[in-house]
Amino acid sequence: MMKKLGIATVTALTLSAGGALAAGGEGHIHDVDFSFEGPFGKFDQNQLQRGLQIYTEVCAACHGLQYVPFRTLGDEGGPHLPEDQVRAYAEQNFETFDNELDDTRPAKPADHFPGSNIAEAPDLSLMAKARAGFHGPYGTGINQLVKGMGGPEYIASLLTGYTGETKEEAGTTFYENTAFPGGWIAMAPPLAGEDVEFADGHSNELHHEAEDISAFLMWTAEPKMMARKQAGLSGVIFLTVLTVLLYLTNKRIWAPIKGKKSH
Amino acid sequence: MSGIPHDHYEPKTGAEKWLHSRLPIVGLLYDTLMIPTPKNLNWMWIWGIILTFCLAMQIVTGIVLVMHYTPHVDIAFASIEHIMRNVNGGHMIRYLHMNGASLFFFAVYIHIFRGLYYGSYKAPREITWIVGMLIYLMMMGTAFMGYVLPWGQMSFWGATVITGLFGAIPFIGEPIQTWLLGGPAVDNATLNRFFSLHYLLPFVIAALVAVHIWAFHSTGNNNPTGVEVRRGSKAEAEKDTLPFWPYFVMKDLFALGLILVIFFAVVGFMPNYLGHPDNYIEANALATPAHIVPEWYFLPFYAILRAFTADVWVVQLTSWITGGIVDAKFFGVLAMFGAIAVMALAPWLDTSRVRSGRYRPMFKWWFAILVVDFIVLMWVGARPTDFPYDWISLIASAYWFAYFLVILPLLGVIEKPMTPPETIEADFEAHYGKADTPAE
Repeated sequence: MMKKLGIATVTALTLSAGGALAAGGEGHIHDVDFSFEGPFGKFDQNQLQRGLQIYTEVCAACHGLQYVPFRTLGDEGGPHLPEDQVRAYAEQNFETFDNELDDTRPAKPADHFPGSNIAEAPDLSLMAKARAGFHGPYGTGINQLVKGMGGPEYIASLLTGYTGETKEEAGTTFYENTAFPGGWIAMAPPLAGEDVEFADGHSNELHHEAEDISAFLMWTAEPKMMARKQAGLSGVIFLTVLTVLLYLTNKRIWAPIKGKKSH
Repeated sequence: MSGIPHDHYEPKTGAEKWLHSRLPIVGLLYDTLMIPTPKNLNWMWIWGIILTFCLAMQIVTGIVLVMHYTPHVDIAFASIEHIMRNVNGGHMIRYLHMNGASLFFFAVYIHIFRGLYYGSYKAPREITWIVGMLIYLMMMGTAFMGYVLPWGQMSFWGATVITGLFGAIPFIGEPIQTWLLGGPAVDNATLNRFFSLHYLLPFVIAALVAVHIWAFHSTGNNNPTGVEVRRGSKAEAEKDTLPFWPYFVMKDLFALGLILVIFFAVVGFMPNYLGHPDNYIEANALATPAHIVPEWYFLPFYAILRAFTADVWVVQLTSWITGGIVDAKFFGVLAMFGAIAVMALAPWLDTSRVRSGRYRPMFKWWFAILVVDFIVLMWVGARPTDFPYDWISLIASAYWFAYFLVILPLLGVIEKPMTPPETIEADFEAHYGKADTPAE
């Protein structure tokens, strides 16, 4: 009875000529076994830090994260950077326009990441929740129940889904992509593998990079995921105990009324 | 006050008598809580409490959300993200509210179908049924306007499509639509009035709930047999009933606990499962989503709205008779509201002498098909409109109307019902045996 359906969940990624392509077929999304899946899943702090590095060195050239405050990079359940590193990261990488100074200044932890640099590039703060990788079958929502909504999987599949084919339309170059609905995307392949060097020497193969950035974007979209799962688990445990007690109370109250005949 | 005979509150101490002679509020609470309730109620009678809880939860979480939300097109979306990221516990409160709406509708649909199966709508409970239908309509209005507030893509385009329905009314439709929106299109004026009404309507619902409860406390609850409580004397009534407290309060609380376990699992582990990803994209009047889909609980009626296209002969005939005044779009709107109207008229459309579906051998099957029909409509409401979905939604919509307008009236005439038990006591003892008595 879910309302998920194939094409519906994915809209035009770009507001320009790309919009015309959105009406195509559903892309191919591969399932990724992320650490944060399931009721007990947790973000992998190291993976989020690698994802942050990829975002900073690659994605940030075009895409913003306007809803994410820098200070949250230090939050538990996130990349969990030390406070001085958060400050240094904001200062060294981003500038903010300060209304009081009427000028730009290096960003502070209290500021947000900037928005996108170019109009065609959507903000990435919520991208991992704004796309559904999995659908159906036949609008029943069973796949999403089993595998999850598939937002991060969609991003990972998109980043690894370029075939290398291109075409020109109305002066814009489109790149063939197996994950993108309609098959042709206006974004040039942002990652090719070995785009960043990780300090810990972690693999920078394309599919590893794609998974790292997807995990990071899941965190930017749902920064309180771990707190939420914790609260959900506490709620379930507490309510289960309460329900058992209520069951016993109810049974006891009704026992004399229901008499001895069992059926 | 009429109703089932039972003990009333007697003020004992001086202070109680003082208060009771001035404001008999303790007596009112006592009578409400101790109301004689048929002792054979089954587990389908728990949903009232679930719904009352949902209303309270939505109001409480909603009031907290309002403290942090800003109803302005420029920052509404950002203020939701502020709640999700910066407000202490804000993400949980918002997810509770968001999924609370789903629990609310899940419960109300079972509650309504319970009433349809056991004939709870029949005399003398028509007022309870009608007030219930009003509550359901108010719930739909409230949920629809609440969904607009985050100002995501589906908020905006859902609002555009649904308010456009009023534009389909001949002659006066467009002025009405403009008046509802506060302008030519969905914009800041729309967001503000939806916010205002989304805050107001739950309290109207709360008042209607009080009337709903008042009404069935006057007639007494229906029960699975549909047989009325004997009310010749208090002693006689006590054979059929038990006081609401503690018997049914504890039973209902146990059921509520069980449902809340599942609810918390959804909120904690998959809070966006019932939502639409597009609503995490800020509203954009220039980019229409590929498919505009309402929330799951609107889908059955959305399917009926879409089912009647211009190539359906009923629509063509109506259009021809009315000289084109009722076109396909308006027909769809009429069908959607009509689908709820025929349900509200069930008390007068059902001609059977027997109240409960339990003793109606033919009715049982038609009712089962209605339940399947409702689920099919819910499913097809989110599918594309091409073949075969257009045919499925048309057939499913037709059955919905046929059930209320043809099957219910006819069944009362052609069906030979079984004989219900003489009394509620007899039904109860057939299930559970005689109560423990000192003699045993």
